[in-house]
Amino acid sequence: MTMQPDALGARIGMWLFLFSELLLFGGLFLLYAVYLARYPADFAAGGQQLDALLGTGNTLLLITSSLTVALALSALQQGRRQLCQILLCATIFASLLFLTIKGVEWQAKFAHGIFPGGTELESLPVGQQIFFGLYFVTTGLHGLHVLVGAALLLWTLGLTHRGQVTAENSVMLENGALYWHLVDLIWIFIFPLYYLLL
Amino acid sequence: MAKQNDRGFLQASNRQPLLFDWIFSVDHKRIGLLYLYSVGAFFLSGVLLGLLIRLELIAPGPTIATAQTYNALFTLHGVVMIFLFIIPGIPGAFGNIMLPLQIGAQDVAFPRLNLLSWWLYILGAFMALTSLFSGGGPPDTGWTFYVPFSSETPTNVSLALLAVFIIGFSSILTGVNFVTTIHRLRSPGMHWGRLPLFIWSLYATAWVQILATPVLGITVVLVMVERIIGFGLFDPARGGDPILYQHLFWIYSHPAVYIMVLPAMGVISEIIPVFSRKPTFGYKAIAASSVAIAAAGSLVWGHHMFVSGMSDTAILIFSLLTFLVAIPSAVKVFNWVATLYRGSISLEPPMLFALAFVFLFSIGGLTGLILGSASTDMHVHDTHFVVGHFHYVMFGGTGFAFFAALHYWLPKIFGRLYNMKIATVAWAIIFVGFNLLYFPMMLVGLRGMPRRYYDYLPHFQGLNMVSTIGSWVLAIGLLLMFINLYRGMRRGAFAGNNPWQAATLEWVPTSPPPEENFSHPPQVTHGPYDLEQAGKP
Amino acid sequence: MNQTAHQPLSFRCLTTVWFLLLILTGITVGVARYDLGAINVWAALGIASLKASLVVFYFMHLKSEPRMLVLCLFVALLTLATFIGLTFFDVLYR
Repeated sequence: MTMQPDALGARIGMWLFLFSELLLFGGLFLLYAVYLARYPADFAAGGQQLDALLGTGNTLLLITSSLTVALALSALQQGRRQLCQILLCATIFASLLFLTIKGVEWQAKFAHGIFPGGTELESLPVGQQIFFGLYFVTTGLHGLHVLVGAALLLWTLGLTHRGQVTAENSVMLENGALYWHLVDLIWIFIFPLYYLLL
Repeated sequence: MAKQNDRGFLQASNRQPLLFDWIFSVDHKRIGLLYLYSVGAFFLSGVLLGLLIRLELIAPGPTIATAQTYNALFTLHGVVMIFLFIIPGIPGAFGNIMLPLQIGAQDVAFPRLNLLSWWLYILGAFMALTSLFSGGGPPDTGWTFYVPFSSETPTNVSLALLAVFIIGFSSILTGVNFVTTIHRLRSPGMHWGRLPLFIWSLYATAWVQILATPVLGITVVLVMVERIIGFGLFDPARGGDPILYQHLFWIYSHPAVYIMVLPAMGVISEIIPVFSRKPTFGYKAIAASSVAIAAAGSLVWGHHMFVSGMSDTAILIFSLLTFLVAIPSAVKVFNWVATLYRGSISLEPPMLFALAFVFLFSIGGLTGLILGSASTDMHVHDTHFVVGHFHYVMFGGTGFAFFAALHYWLPKIFGRLYNMKIATVAWAIIFVGFNLLYFPMMLVGLRGMPRRYYDYLPHFQGLNMVSTIGSWVLAIGLLLMFINLYRGMRRGAFAGNNPWQAATLEWVPTSPPPEENFSHPPQVTHGPYDLEQAGKP
Repeated sequence: MNQTAHQPLSFRCLTTVWFLLLILTGITVGVARYDLGAINVWAALGIASLKASLVVFYFMHLKSEPRMLVLCLFVALLTLATFIGLTFFDVLYR
């Protein structure tokens, strides 16, 4: 008796793992909710200092990369391996671009003295200090997930190239894509909560 | 009946050096044994630390340790016992070995992930131990790592927190593995109504592991961020709220109590029908109560915070919800007792430990109600009453269930039996020692002795003396039990395939089980407690 | 192909979902330009949830997965909501 590969089982496992990722970020959203209720004015003031343009750009980038990875899976399952690889490359490229934009954004904040221990940050009202603290922790953790997701997709790309991920055995790409969509999902909530506050 | 020299999965394969054959094995049974040996080792070191704590408290004033050393001792005792023994204990060791066997599967859903879980657990344990001897010295925060102290103390808290994070990750992966296994790998005929109750409890536990552990993960990350970068997220001087730390911490750590005790209840639900020779009473009620405990247990974390400055509304609500958990817990106890009623009870060692569990857990549970009620909690909060209650639940509960599982499944795992008479004597010594150790704690706590101090007022000395003597009795009993079990697994009499005549599926293959468990997926034809069908799938 | 694999979604379907996501992003940015008080946060959350369900059901294929998995996701979200909700009994009434 040998174990049959179980694609649905593998997907269920990935989903369960994603639930735990959801709860991981959930802790941060809990803090956000509490502090928003406590310092609404400071959070609005903090939100206005974030660059909504860059934030919107990053949102579009992640949504599009979510599309390309979903397309890559469909392409693979239709037997169009070449197209699948191109779409995966596009996704990985988008993730790097996302991180670059994020870096530019953080850089700008640092230049204004908004970093831990920075003079500017320490002189802000306490509510704004909390806002920026949460902002850095949340986007930092999210950025880490972007990095992990990109690495996962890069590995899958290699496996696809070597013919180990195929239309019949696509579970690795399915799970990589699931992970990538989660990264997108989290951002869908981070974006309005941090960048679009009035 | 198997040949008596058949060593099943324990047989060395000669493919590679013996050690590698174990520590890189993806066989769930070998991984389960790796867990068993490691949690056993950490349990013994935790016991040693506990003995030192008790020795310090034998008389007022400094006895063997300074205040700072004492802080490190109880922090370490807590971290080792909670994160390295109780949480991974029953699911990691017995869950791993028995889950596939009990549902008729060849292995868990993700065998390699399973091995990774064990390695992460060992890595975390190693880091926790390293934190003692490096950096600013052993952590002195207690296992709860409360801010603001934990974000400011110069001791080596960051490394210990990282260790907790990694062990938590290992726990999540085990949970993912178990839920997927139970959903996907049940043998034909093993529908949800035929799942052994141990599996039901593992299922509920695994969900708590998946959904609550990440909250602890983010919490310890936030404390590390506070220590290293310092955003002041929990610092009142900078707008933060330290009570939120307590919320986040207990959102995990209260459900964690159920991660610890649910599998233990599962073990008891296996043993009681077998040694009463009666199908379990209220199978569905016990199965459902596992899920209900997991669900309700996730809503009650606030009862750890009645004196924290939390709002009165929250105190009222969390107190009410806490009483709700008593209902499914009592459902279990009543069903166990109903199973015993008019059964043909045989008091063999697994059953003795199981009965001790029911007794001690009931004491732990009922004293829990005193703590769950806000007004009485304010009186005994942070006294030795809490310490006593906690140990009745965790040690009297989970610890005794762990020993029960050892005595029940050891013949399955090694195909050999231990000496019954010595096991019974060891049980009696442990039982007496346990009550001598912890019952005086509750009394001295009611009189007002606070916990976590290395010193106390002279008029508490009598009860503390009794408690310390109890700790020695307990230690002797534990030593005797472990020696007997070790001798049994090495040289005991051959047990045969099904020494207890149990009807669950794990007893169908030979003992010890062959490497692939079942030669073909068994067609399950009866429920787990149809004892007349014992030995048939 | 084994029965546990699902049918690949067509490019047209996926692109339509993407287009809807873009529109919703536009709406959420637009709404944020008007000060509606507390409604702003709830509108943002509502639109984000709508976007999230598009991603979950189409991009992540939850639509064609077993119903059990949908139930599990619901349990996970309910748990998170409960954690946050119960904390507010403290925060709001302190």
